[in-house]
Amino acid sequence: MTDDFESVRLTDVSRHFGRRRALSRLSLTIGAGDILGLLGPNGAGKSTLLGVLATLVRPNTGDVTFGDRPARGWGAPLRQRIGLLAHELHLYAELTARQNLTFFAELYGLNAADAVQAALERAALVDRADDEVAGFSRGMRQRLALERALLHRPRLVLLDEPFTGLDDRSVGAVADRVRQLASSGAIVVLATHDLDLADGLVTRVALMREGRMLLDEPAPEGLRARYRATIGQ
Amino acid sequence: MGPQREVKMFFRVALLVLRKDFAIEAKSREILTTTLLFAVSCVLVFAFALVKEGEAPPDAAPAILWIAIMFSGTLALGRTFERERYGETLRALLLAPAPRPALYVGKLLGIVLLLGVAELVLVPLVAFFFGAPFFVQPVLMALLLVAGTVGFAAVGTLFAAMLMRVRTRDVLLPILLYPITVPVIIAGVRGTAALLASPPDEVTATMWLAIVVAFDVVFVTLSLWTFEVLMTE
Repeated sequence: MTDDFESVRLTDVSRHFGRRRALSRLSLTIGAGDILGLLGPNGAGKSTLLGVLATLVRPNTGDVTFGDRPARGWGAPLRQRIGLLAHELHLYAELTARQNLTFFAELYGLNAADAVQAALERAALVDRADDEVAGFSRGMRQRLALERALLHRPRLVLLDEPFTGLDDRSVGAVADRVRQLASSGAIVVLATHDLDLADGLVTRVALMREGRMLLDEPAPEGLRARYRATIGQ
Repeated sequence: MGPQREVKMFFRVALLVLRKDFAIEAKSREILTTTLLFAVSCVLVFAFALVKEGEAPPDAAPAILWIAIMFSGTLALGRTFERERYGETLRALLLAPAPRPALYVGKLLGIVLLLGVAELVLVPLVAFFFGAPFFVQPVLMALLLVAGTVGFAAVGTLFAAMLMRVRTRDVLLPILLYPITVPVIIAGVRGTAALLASPPDEVTATMWLAIVVAFDVVFVTLSLWTFEVLMTE
């Protein structure tokens, strides 16, 4: 465990994959308590940006600092403070919900018994805990994956389309969970296409297109109108 | 963290990964079954092609044994990492605050154990069809098999992990793997042939064993050094 960082700062970050430029001279600062909505059309660079923030993707140029230290100065203690819910969910389909959570809890050096039971309750999967994930609906997997990403109470929470496959009740529960995380001091970055769900949940908005940051401001009233005005239809 | 705790954590993580892979394989038996079937088929094809009227060609057995190990090992390597690709779970492993080389060691141990099981079937099978007295020098033979398997799996595990995001990984894995592991296969074949000679040539077999062990030391060390860098996108 290490001292927590109060902010994450990206300065002139660029990343290209071959000839394709995924991020282009992107600068951004996110503070504790923020829920940053990362919005933009497909291919805007949102997932690459989440990868950079998760330290899984190395920028070609530019700096990423967590608190006052550069990302590469932290190593494993930094990864202990990052939780990522990716689009691919990061779950083993052949294992049960309990086995998945136990494996990751142990990997993070947590007391697995307590952490796993609490996560199963939050995901509302106690009665399906010993079923294989392969038999779960997308919504159930999504809830499980979210709790897997939050098992270790990360400081920086990165959520890529967290509402995919969820029913109305689960959407509400996840939104409440995100608000609760932010109010407890976490830095939340939420990449989504769903402007209706983002509206009212995010406290800041970053609009991206073709790897560039077009807008970074406090969440406006009428997010959809602002999005259309900036990005287009 | 003290060095003793670091070493303890390293092996704890490696064993966690191994245990997780074992739990998945115990349920699906997919990799074990396909590896064994492929290995046995390989030996049978050679037996039908080469054994005439109950007489096997002299010196064929060592080559057939090591070819079967190499081919079935390549199949197992590909499948093991394919499993980590479905849910992008390798990314989740890389994001954990665990020493990344420990993830490599966990995967390596899994492949070595899997090939060990395949060899338990292959050695008696080749001995039966080709009349090879593998059990005259059981200790040296076992050491040669263990060292050869570790060398092959050490390089294979690194390449299979590296190629996970490459579309043509199934083609590229053998193309990259076989030229580099040629010394292991040659040493394995020559060492085994020396043990099958009448009388067994222990001195020559020990020399080939030493070459394989040297290969193991070099490539396991190299893999541990490079795994973290190569796995960062």
